[in-house]
Amino acid sequence: MDTEKVLQISHLEKSFGTHEVLRDIDFTVNKGEAISIIGPSGSGKSTLLRCVNLLETPTGGNIYYHGKDITDAKMNIPSYREHVGMVFQNFNLFANMTVLENCMTGPVTVAKKSKKEAKELALKFLEKVGMEQYINARPRQLSGGQKQRVAIARALAMEPEVLLFDEPTSALDPQMVGEVLSVMSTLAKEGMTMLVVTHEMAFAKEVSDKVIFMADGVIVEEGSSSDIFEHAKKEQTKEFLNRFHTNL
Amino acid sequence: MISEMNFFERIVYILQNYGISYLKGAGTTLLIALVSTAIGCVIGFAVGIVQTIPVDKKRDGIGKRLLLGLVKVILKAYVEIFRGTPMIVQAVFIYFGLSQMCNIQLGMWQAAFLVVSINTGAYMAESVRGGIISVDPGQMEGAKAIGMTHVQAMLKVILPQAFRNIIPQIGNNFIINIKDTSVLSVISIVDLFFVHKSVAGALYTYFESATIVMCIYLTMTLVSSRLLALWERKLDGDDNYELVDVMDIGNQMRVSGRGRA
Repeated sequence: MDTEKVLQISHLEKSFGTHEVLRDIDFTVNKGEAISIIGPSGSGKSTLLRCVNLLETPTGGNIYYHGKDITDAKMNIPSYREHVGMVFQNFNLFANMTVLENCMTGPVTVAKKSKKEAKELALKFLEKVGMEQYINARPRQLSGGQKQRVAIARALAMEPEVLLFDEPTSALDPQMVGEVLSVMSTLAKEGMTMLVVTHEMAFAKEVSDKVIFMADGVIVEEGSSSDIFEHAKKEQTKEFLNRFHTNL
Repeated sequence: MISEMNFFERIVYILQNYGISYLKGAGTTLLIALVSTAIGCVIGFAVGIVQTIPVDKKRDGIGKRLLLGLVKVILKAYVEIFRGTPMIVQAVFIYFGLSQMCNIQLGMWQAAFLVVSINTGAYMAESVRGGIISVDPGQMEGAKAIGMTHVQAMLKVILPQAFRNIIPQIGNNFIINIKDTSVLSVISIVDLFFVHKSVAGALYTYFESATIVMCIYLTMTLVSSRLLALWERKLDGDDNYELVDVMDIGNQMRVSGRGRA
């Protein structure tokens, strides 16, 4: 596999007031890698992902995107975010737009593409997630799984280099989780660089190239899927995974 | 001879002789309310938008932060002053203040539009701020995540939703303005209330004239609130239509899709 470094997180720290949420986080995202971040609730996984997209401002450390420090005050954040898309737990589809407009507004407003080009892009990715029939629907008329698939299409329409997923299936009914995970698996297989915070252990185990286990704001252990799921070294990791064993 | 008439005869007499004046006064009132509500909304949006501009301590320079802070303080003072004092006093203060201090003699329309617009703007600023804050923060994050700047996110995502949220407030302000323009008679603006004062003063028919004026005000406010309710229902009606239409859209797409292939 190509080992071009896309993102490098170095000594990242984040605290809210005196509460330290992330401590000394270090890891690298290589091109084409699908990385899952797992761990108990409150371990700082989502905060980490939000820091990577600068929706939270890190209080220490650096994040390098192709060698450029994006935590630098002079960095143009919007243009960085064009390349690093994000999918949220609560979808965050634009309530004032139709499905098609949701997917077109990024390419038109941000990437300055023509309406025609944007529409083609939007339709291409809506078809990819199986939502092309719903282009005229409004977000509130869709089920959770449908909304999340549209949200993925919206992120893809920006043709990003990296996609961040913040617990994309946590707000979904069990029967809708599958449709979203299958879209994500397809993306991973096609070589999309992905960073996924998830509680879906089966997805983390089968789809990801690398797994990061976090607890209490630090990375406890990281390695390949089998390193973590079959040969975990740390007690904390084993204990956490044991709770999921019935599901695997 | 009017002293010998009964209540209804007096009303008929007043309407026959001054009916046109009442109608003109009502027209003036309506026009002032309409124009001032519109200008007030523009002021309110501008102020509300500036007040919700976020400041990034790390990335924004000290100059930008100071300037923005100063503007926000001034706007806050504007809102507090014009919400916290009666419009009748504001009218006198502005009209005579401009004349005395700046030697500016406002015409009737200018004075009316200025006073009511500024007053409405102060109220609308708070409504707009509330409307912006009430939009789910996830909407802003979703917009930022695809690379939008704050301005782009506001224009495309937040403000359209905020606007829908505050339409009832705009209507409310319009109805309040229809009534509150009556205080402008203190700076000799010939609105409906001014006509009432003139007629009642000339004929000593306070009760009868007030009855007529009450009816006219009530008609204007009732008609306005019905029209506003219709407008809102029309806006929401579209949505309901689309809800049942989702399957049809699917079918149309399939058909057209097959056509293309």
